[in-house]
Amino acid sequence: MAQPSATPVLELVDLVAGYRTRQGLFGRRREVRAVAGVNLAVHEGQTVCLVGESGCGKSTVARTVVGLLRPIAGEVRLDGRDVTGLARRDLKAVRRQVQLVFQDPYASLNPHMTVRELITEAWRIHPGLVPQDRWDAELADLLERVGLNAGHAARYPHQFSGGQRQRISIARALAVRPRVIVCDEAVSALDVSIQAQVLTLLRQLQDELGVAYLFITHDLGVVRHFADRVAVMHLGGIVESGDTEQVFLHAAHPYTQALLSAAPSVDDWRDDAPGGEIVLTGDVPSPLDPPAGCRFHTRCWKAQQRCRADEPALEIRDTAHPVACHFPAPLPLVEPPVR
Amino acid sequence: MSALLEVSGLVVAFGDVRAVRGVSFTVGEGETLAIVGESGSGKSLSSLAVLGLLPAQARVEAGEIRWDGTDLRAADADRVRRLRGEELAMIFQDPLSALNPSLTVGYQVAEMFRRRRGLGRADAGRRAVEAMTEVGIPDAARRAGAYPHEFSGGMRQRVMIAMALALEPRLLVADEPTTALDVTVQAQILRLLRQRQRAGLAMVIISHDLGVVARAARSVVVMYAGQAVEAGAVADVYPAPAHPYTLGLLAASPSARDGDRRVRPIEGYPPDIAALPGGCAFHPRCPFARQRCRTEEPPLREVAPGRSSACHYAEEVVSRGATVGHAGA
Repeated sequence: MAQPSATPVLELVDLVAGYRTRQGLFGRRREVRAVAGVNLAVHEGQTVCLVGESGCGKSTVARTVVGLLRPIAGEVRLDGRDVTGLARRDLKAVRRQVQLVFQDPYASLNPHMTVRELITEAWRIHPGLVPQDRWDAELADLLERVGLNAGHAARYPHQFSGGQRQRISIARALAVRPRVIVCDEAVSALDVSIQAQVLTLLRQLQDELGVAYLFITHDLGVVRHFADRVAVMHLGGIVESGDTEQVFLHAAHPYTQALLSAAPSVDDWRDDAPGGEIVLTGDVPSPLDPPAGCRFHTRCWKAQQRCRADEPALEIRDTAHPVACHFPAPLPLVEPPVR
Repeated sequence: MSALLEVSGLVVAFGDVRAVRGVSFTVGEGETLAIVGESGSGKSLSSLAVLGLLPAQARVEAGEIRWDGTDLRAADADRVRRLRGEELAMIFQDPLSALNPSLTVGYQVAEMFRRRRGLGRADAGRRAVEAMTEVGIPDAARRAGAYPHEFSGGMRQRVMIAMALALEPRLLVADEPTTALDVTVQAQILRLLRQRQRAGLAMVIISHDLGVVARAARSVVVMYAGQAVEAGAVADVYPAPAHPYTLGLLAASPSARDGDRRVRPIEGYPPDIAALPGGCAFHPRCPFARQRCRTEEPPLREVAPGRSSACHYAEEVVSRGATVGHAGA
């Protein structure tokens, strides 16, 4: 991993994004702020995991970062430059820098295109990147890098397994030499043996090419294994972030503690009766109608009057471990909250 | 402990293709067994065969399925249908597709009591609310009047569990019961299942997630390419697997508990069940494979009391896994 430089390659500043929706057929149009003020920095060659449950807004962050969705407010900065207000023409060059790999490699690859067409399409769209007489050599090199070979170039997506298709998606993302790849649940649909292959490949590509990952997932095992830094997202906001080990060992936000406690692990056979398990009651509130005050207070066992009224800000406590809670676990924790 | 469910030599085929190739397992009264494997391993088909719920194109080609001493394959369809629901119940990954969207949840739960217990409308409704309360649905009397789409995924799975448990079955088959749920909701459902286990309900849990299995089951059968490759108590298998595939699966599973462990993938891809490799089906991906594995199919054999493995070199795998840890396999 490269040393983090001063300016992050990707930075989100007070990002607000969401959708317009209608409740019922004749209901009034409403704005859903799926992302309600997110700050996040990804440095060159670094992996930042954004972890959270369904509806927390993590995929909306992904869509906004790659320009599929215009933010309502805030900035998306690439190398320190805000790209949200750019004209279409300028956006193209910027978008090349940030690529997206989706969860479902069945849906995200055009079934009528060969692997060669899928990958060279990017070079057609960004002329000057790879001269046409170099396409075949470059294609062979890319396929080799992701664990396929030049012989696969003439095949169609349906001729590949799920894991191989995800390798094709990764090759296609790499084709335009991006600085950042946003992976939206990119390994979630894969069987565990294949998931480990793809994670290992992504790490190896990072070592070779220095690409940064914004890795969006719900799987805490993957986070701990793969991330340099982690940001825990809950109902549109980041509630805690920091170095991965720091957050896993000294989780300070009750939601992070509950998530860690709830995540099943292959090491759980040791716990015959998990005594300290935190099981939240109730469901995740709807992002259409988030609770007032702290958005976690309806499920939080520590919640007090203040939590129902004031929304806690994300406050940096020690060097780089911000927590948005009025009553965070004290630092340093003697024991991790898991087990 | 007496065997409640005894499956032996089960073969399930689609036409000429055998998707389950001779699987055997036993569930005792009050025991929980997990069947773990990746997509296409045959884990779901095995359990569907037990309940007589195989898809139309599939059929049980060989083997025995004994329920409390009775051979279910020989029993007539009516008797099997009665057993299903009364004694054996099942829940699925996706509760939304298992519920009728146009009937209220309360009506669907009450239907169990009306059809199977002959209760009248009012009594059945009361029992339905009780059953829903029992599985932790808050305000069940009011929620009974709501439709499935008005329930969250976790609450829908609770409804399925309420329906499955309504007639007090002796065995619950749960096929990926928490796969579609968020992790905090998954923890709630697993806790609910654990409470039922403690109350004496036997379970078969089908899962791809070794973490869920570790939390929910006492014994485990690992399936690969239609066969059971390893079986034993979770507390024996996990620390020292006796089959290279189990070892590989554990090494490939990232753990949220352990910051030092690096996942290690299993090389290659699962085989096409219509064109299996000769010898051991796992040999092309196996780091332990030798000449013998290419030609001779290893039978599932007992390698220690209560533990079995379908590997020619099981003893070597156990000692290797135990000395270097999963990550070094």
